[in-house]
Amino acid sequence: MTATEWLLWARGPAFEIATVILVMGIIVRLIEILMLGRKENLAAPKGSATTGGLRTIVSRSVPDSGTFQRSTFTIVAGYIFHIGLFVVIFLLAPHILVFSKLTGLSWPALPTTIVDAFAVITILALIAVLINRLNNKVKRYLSGPMDYIVWALTTLPLITGYMAFHRIGFSGPMLIALHIMSVELLMIAIPFTKLSHAFTLFLARFYNGAVTGIKGVQS
Amino acid sequence: MSKATERATQVFKEQIDAPTAAFFSSCVSCGMCADACLFYTETGDPKYTPINKLAPLRKVWFQEYTLTGKLLKLAGISKPLTDQDLTDWEELVYDSCTMCGRCSMVCPVGNDIAYMIRKMREGFAASGHAPESLVGATRRAVEIGSPMGVKLPALQAQIRHLEEDTGLSIPMDVKGVEYLCMLSSMEIMNFPEYIGAIAKIFKHAGVSWTLSSEAFEATNSGIQIGVSEIAAELVQRIVDAAEKLKVNTVISPECGHAYTALRWEGPNLVGKRFDFEVKHILEVLDELRAAGKIKTKDKMSERLTYHDPCQIARRGGVLEQPRKLIREFSDNFVEMPDAGAMNWCCGAGGGVSSNERADEIRIKVFQRKKDQIDAVNPDALVSACSNCRIHIEDGLEEYHMELPVLSLTETLAEHLDDSVET
Amino acid sequence: MEPVKSPMDLNPAVKSTGAQGETVGEALRRQGISRRGFLKFCATTASLMALPPTMIPRIAEALENARRPSVIWLSFQECTGCTESLTRSHAPTIEGLIFDAISLDYHHTLQAAAGDAAEAAREEAMKENYGNYVLVVDGSIPLGNPGYSTIAGVSNEDMLKEAAAGAAAIIAVGSCSAFGGLPNADPNPTGAVSVQEIITDKPVVNVPGCPPIPVVITGVLAHFLTFGGLPELDQLGRPVAFYGQSIHDRCYRRPFYDKGLFAETFDDEGARKGWCLYKLGCKGPTTYNACAVTKWNDGTSFPIEAGHPCLGCSEPKFWDAGGFYEALSTPTTDIARTAVYAVAAGAAAGVAAGALNKANKKRALSEHQTTTLDDLSPGT
Repeated sequence: MTATEWLLWARGPAFEIATVILVMGIIVRLIEILMLGRKENLAAPKGSATTGGLRTIVSRSVPDSGTFQRSTFTIVAGYIFHIGLFVVIFLLAPHILVFSKLTGLSWPALPTTIVDAFAVITILALIAVLINRLNNKVKRYLSGPMDYIVWALTTLPLITGYMAFHRIGFSGPMLIALHIMSVELLMIAIPFTKLSHAFTLFLARFYNGAVTGIKGVQS
Repeated sequence: MSKATERATQVFKEQIDAPTAAFFSSCVSCGMCADACLFYTETGDPKYTPINKLAPLRKVWFQEYTLTGKLLKLAGISKPLTDQDLTDWEELVYDSCTMCGRCSMVCPVGNDIAYMIRKMREGFAASGHAPESLVGATRRAVEIGSPMGVKLPALQAQIRHLEEDTGLSIPMDVKGVEYLCMLSSMEIMNFPEYIGAIAKIFKHAGVSWTLSSEAFEATNSGIQIGVSEIAAELVQRIVDAAEKLKVNTVISPECGHAYTALRWEGPNLVGKRFDFEVKHILEVLDELRAAGKIKTKDKMSERLTYHDPCQIARRGGVLEQPRKLIREFSDNFVEMPDAGAMNWCCGAGGGVSSNERADEIRIKVFQRKKDQIDAVNPDALVSACSNCRIHIEDGLEEYHMELPVLSLTETLAEHLDDSVET
Repeated sequence: MEPVKSPMDLNPAVKSTGAQGETVGEALRRQGISRRGFLKFCATTASLMALPPTMIPRIAEALENARRPSVIWLSFQECTGCTESLTRSHAPTIEGLIFDAISLDYHHTLQAAAGDAAEAAREEAMKENYGNYVLVVDGSIPLGNPGYSTIAGVSNEDMLKEAAAGAAAIIAVGSCSAFGGLPNADPNPTGAVSVQEIITDKPVVNVPGCPPIPVVITGVLAHFLTFGGLPELDQLGRPVAFYGQSIHDRCYRRPFYDKGLFAETFDDEGARKGWCLYKLGCKGPTTYNACAVTKWNDGTSFPIEAGHPCLGCSEPKFWDAGGFYEALSTPTTDIARTAVYAVAAGAAAGVAAGALNKANKKRALSEHQTTTLDDLSPGT
């Protein structure tokens, strides 16, 4: 296959497959969770479960100061690479076009120099996160092969994207094909790995906030 | 699969619900829960990472309730739960977790780990993997009526002494009163002053109350060991007494888990909404204060700080009341770092104090509380949970610290203005 | 602007009859080309091929003394666009000169001879210069049914194989001969293939483009004359000197891409201001060619400069590479529809999986055994 054919495959059938797996996988996952149900809470509430749940979806993004001091690296590095991923994924013009095609929505892009800088920072943050995972005894203890595979799958599209933008190593069509295919690998992995937190986190935070919300505590 | 693992697996399958599935699906192994757990921070052993304490439950969720897990189990890649798992995790789920829920407040994806520990203990208890001393306490609670084996005559004896000492009457089995006061065995045996304090305050505030001879024990070993049926049986005793005496409100004493057991789990355990209200003593006292029915005569000048019992504060929502009440008798109140909803557990909740096997680690992790206390260097520490108080006193002794540990209710009673009847 | 040369002016078969033994230098002087004009050509060629200036004398010397090689130009399934492109070069440009420097012995569009005479000229040239002539091919070769394209009753495949056997160099001009081109487009009714799919035992220089830039063709020939061999080629057999950089990287509109300024339609403010055409489907980032540098029509402009996105015509499969006006990063299929189907299928599968879980949990609940005090301490 020529580079152009790889690119066509990546933009065509492979993207279809990845989209179907991602969309179906996540929906199955969410319905699986929701259909397990939870018992009605008969205790007289002190506060609203719904309000508490919705509040926690937002508030859990901001750690309390004590937690920030104790988990500074995890929080700072986590913030950096999550914001970086957001900027790189959602604010680069060619990427916005993909979302436009999917949803019909469009929004302004950032200059490539800025996105490029975010990509570099994000890659560095992810490398730091990996080193930390290997060195921090708790993270190392909790980590299985999947944690490292997921790290690689998350980092790869950033690296291939960087290579494609700067034309490193391969021809243009091949670089873009590699970049898109690495994204497709990531898309396929999301429903079956801890990456599903990108979707289930809203449920988890809601349930957490609902439990405390009933008790009149903000979590 | 042995009978024990079969049983544990079966109970886990019953216990796993949508929140549990959402929590496990969301974990990113960031390890932040470890930094929130005193069993990790004070030992530095990563096995005490809260989410790791749930590994057996997580395994069953994955294999039974996810498509991926079912396939991997079928392919033999994901191995089923083993007896060894249960043996290995028993210590983690009982001895080194107080269900304080601090990790649940910190988890960035919002996992309520304490909620799941409670569920996991159901499977461990049912499969015979609960600590021996906790089993003993539960047996006494069911068979005698109190985990410490306290029987009614012991309470009656304490009441007689108190009535003689204070000159106050302590009502028993009075129908139609406002409040039914529950007690913990610890209060009866170690801190009977609490009962005297209640009598004094309620007389001062002019409210009617009673104890029940049929249900005076508020603690609930069923909650701690994780057997809902036993927990329900213990709650039912209180419900029956409250209904029989036709009280409006049942007061949970200065005890953490008793409040959780009665206030939050109670109706769910017995399967119906209560016809009466359940309040913690601090809530009642603060209502009386707000209604102007509590007047103090003087204020302490000693530097006071307040230890939030986890089940009352973080897991119970009683956060403002103790502070308002303390200000009634103190003008030198300081907060420890992380006070309130993020307070650190004393290290003895969730059945850990009843679990002799956990004595060593319980004292070891007290270092966290010690550091927290040292940060404000108070003259006295106030709390509202007998279990916390006993353990903190234990810890202070171990660490050679001189610090009075006071009951909020008792201290308030001491400073009441006897000259006024409100 | 000077008038376009008629094709006949370029016909070396007419002009250079009997000049087979002449060197390039001799031929140029006979044409009245000055030494200065000749060196300028050499310098242009050197710079196009990214050679250092020190190479200019060598190119000049080589060209000066090179024997005018015989060139046989075969046209198969093609549109004559490649030839048109060549003939649209402006006189007296260097592109024209090079035609005076070679002996184009067979080119059925440009040669005067027709019919048997033409074929005889080809056969004669092949015989006389066996092992030394340059074979230029434009157009693809139908393998599905040879009847789709024949010349004098000979199938394209046979003619190509025969001509290739005695060629010193084979140059596939245009995307059809290089990659199959438009005839190869899905569903490829003629079974069109490229030259290198048939000729596998000899290197083929691909000069793709639809059409290719004239100076690139002459540059490759100049290289052959200068160095007696083929230029450095990329993975697709294209001379690196001309196809080494992407249109995007050399595009004068690139700063707009980097700033995020795009024409959204062909008639909006962005289009008028000359902003980047990426969103209108420009294939510049994946297309390797010299358009942005050499430009077309005597350096006048190139498609992007004229306000049209690059079609990527020098890349394989550009004809089937999704819509010309679909942005390069977007899926080539109707992904929104696929996603909607996936949502529906996911919901169905999810409910099924959820129902299985529910049944599993219900079974567990129905098998519930009351935990008794005795269960708590099984050992006792």
